[in-house]
Amino acid sequence: MTDTDTDTDTATATTQLDIERIKQDFPLLSKGFHGESIVYLDSAASSQRPSCVIDAMSGYYNYSHANVHRGVYKLAEEADRLYENARITAGKFVGAPDPAREIVFTKNATEAINLIAYSWGMHRLNEGDVVVVTEIEHHANLVPWIMLHKERGVELRVIPMRDDYLLDLDNLEEMVDGAKLVACTLMSNVLGTIPPFKKIADAAHSAGAIVVADGAQLVPHAHVDVKELGCDFLAFSGHKMLGPTGVGVLWGKAELLDSMPPFMGGGGMILDVKFEGIVPAEIPTRFEAGTPPIAEAVGLTAAIEYLDNIGMNNICRHDAELTAYTIDSLKDTFGRDITIMGPDITEDRGGVISLALKDIHPHDLAQVLDESNVCIRAGHHCAKPLMRRLGTSATARASFYLYNDTSDADRLIEALSKAASIFG
Amino acid sequence: MSSSGLEDLYREIILDHYRNPRNRGSMEVPPSQRVEAYNPLCGDEVVVYLLENNGVLEDVRIEGQGCSISQSSASLMSAAVKGKTVEETRKIISDFKKLMSIHESKLEDSTDDTQMDLDLDAMGELAALQGVVRFPVRIKCAILAWNALAQGLDEISDVSTDKTK
Ligand SMILES: Cc1ncc(COP(=O)(O)O)c(C=O)c1O
Repeated sequence: MTDTDTDTDTATATTQLDIERIKQDFPLLSKGFHGESIVYLDSAASSQRPSCVIDAMSGYYNYSHANVHRGVYKLAEEADRLYENARITAGKFVGAPDPAREIVFTKNATEAINLIAYSWGMHRLNEGDVVVVTEIEHHANLVPWIMLHKERGVELRVIPMRDDYLLDLDNLEEMVDGAKLVACTLMSNVLGTIPPFKKIADAAHSAGAIVVADGAQLVPHAHVDVKELGCDFLAFSGHKMLGPTGVGVLWGKAELLDSMPPFMGGGGMILDVKFEGIVPAEIPTRFEAGTPPIAEAVGLTAAIEYLDNIGMNNICRHDAELTAYTIDSLKDTFGRDITIMGPDITEDRGGVISLALKDIHPHDLAQVLDESNVCIRAGHHCAKPLMRRLGTSATARASFYLYNDTSDADRLIEALSKAASIFG
Repeated sequence: MSSSGLEDLYREIILDHYRNPRNRGSMEVPPSQRVEAYNPLCGDEVVVYLLENNGVLEDVRIEGQGCSISQSSASLMSAAVKGKTVEETRKIISDFKKLMSIHESKLEDSTDDTQMDLDLDAMGELAALQGVVRFPVRIKCAILAWNALAQGLDEISDVSTDKTK
């Protein structure tokens, strides 16, 4: 993946991951599902989490829980400290210049993007203003902008996908010309495609637009630095990066966040309230109405520490090697019967493989694979416009993470062979 | 690993109807009735054509595309109801829904039969779809054509009451 080439610690050579050891940290993967060993190939939808994440959360609930922001007693201060520490950890993880002010905790990546659309979009965008998206976006980075089209008369422009599953950037300057906002994924959850984000961001900025990066897929799998990307906002989810469900992250440039009105109203996000009106709090608390996901933030801290410990560059390289191995084996085994919907070149893609085997329907495929305890996802993957572009209504998708190895890929191929023989 | 579930689900009959669907095609509308059912989540699509004459479904045709369960169920359905009266067809629909463990409240009010009371032998090839029940997400696939059929029958009844007015 290109992002890592510019990374400073590329100098310290990447090391081979010890997958057998890593699997031991994940009870489901080491002990099995109802006692049967399982091949989990659906991390793009949600990853598994290591015991240390669950331990951190139960430790917090057992011994450190109080509500944040309000208590004067030591216990509440401790909870506060853990929550703010999570903010710093998440911020540093993506290279935020000012983590304490620039990280907003949300429920997930979807809420983070909606926060931008509602707080920034609803106030800054007017009839005829242009928002640019791409054809390969997840609904999370599409529907909020389509809703703004309805609410504010915003015009949507779509960067198309080429037949080689990469974005068509030939007319990039034209596409972003006059745009107010450009929203683009860092990695497609269907194709694995990793767009040249920096190039898009630079063009967008030259045109005077702000840039939103959907990091839900790439942040868990590669070294991501908001300064190197050149984005103004970055959204990602805890549950896809070994963390718990219920916590997502929005990073935004401090001056941008500071210029934005609150997203939701309630406790915690105000300085003063009178019946006549409110004085909103400083950032980032301005955007965190109500009791935040405290235990989840603590779990996310543990997840990030676990990832950092292994090293994002090692994870990235492992994903790339395993993906290349799997694509090669798929082609060797099934030849013309298999179609892989994603870029050929390793540098342009992550560890997500959408495939079609003969004309077997993805649901049938997923069901037969499940009989071999191989978990893959079949469906539209929340990317209906992309499905339309691919000329299908669903794909079967296998996705990898740091706990998968070639034996998982082999079992995938074995199970696919079984499906091929059943549907012959 | 349990392969029994799999064998149940993809029994010969289902695969046979998937590969060689019965009553495939369309009919002129009118005189026939055309009903479409679509599952936007997985893209399964079934189109049912019904030709009713004097209370009898003289012909049934199926178009559409999708997974083996949705398409074989449509094929099995067409074979089961072709030539049956509208009343008989309604009974077959209700039996099939019971097979899928879908209990409609009005059914449960009037009778207390459950899947246990179903005469599987009497259901013939349809019983092959019984295995679907153990895979709840697939029930939607299996039931798709049947919803279209039920809607078609309602439309037929509406037309005939209109005529009698
Ligand atoms: C590319 C991409 N963006 C956004 C999301 C939304 O993530 P969440 O459902 O956690 O909000 C996903 C999840 O599948 C995704 O793959």
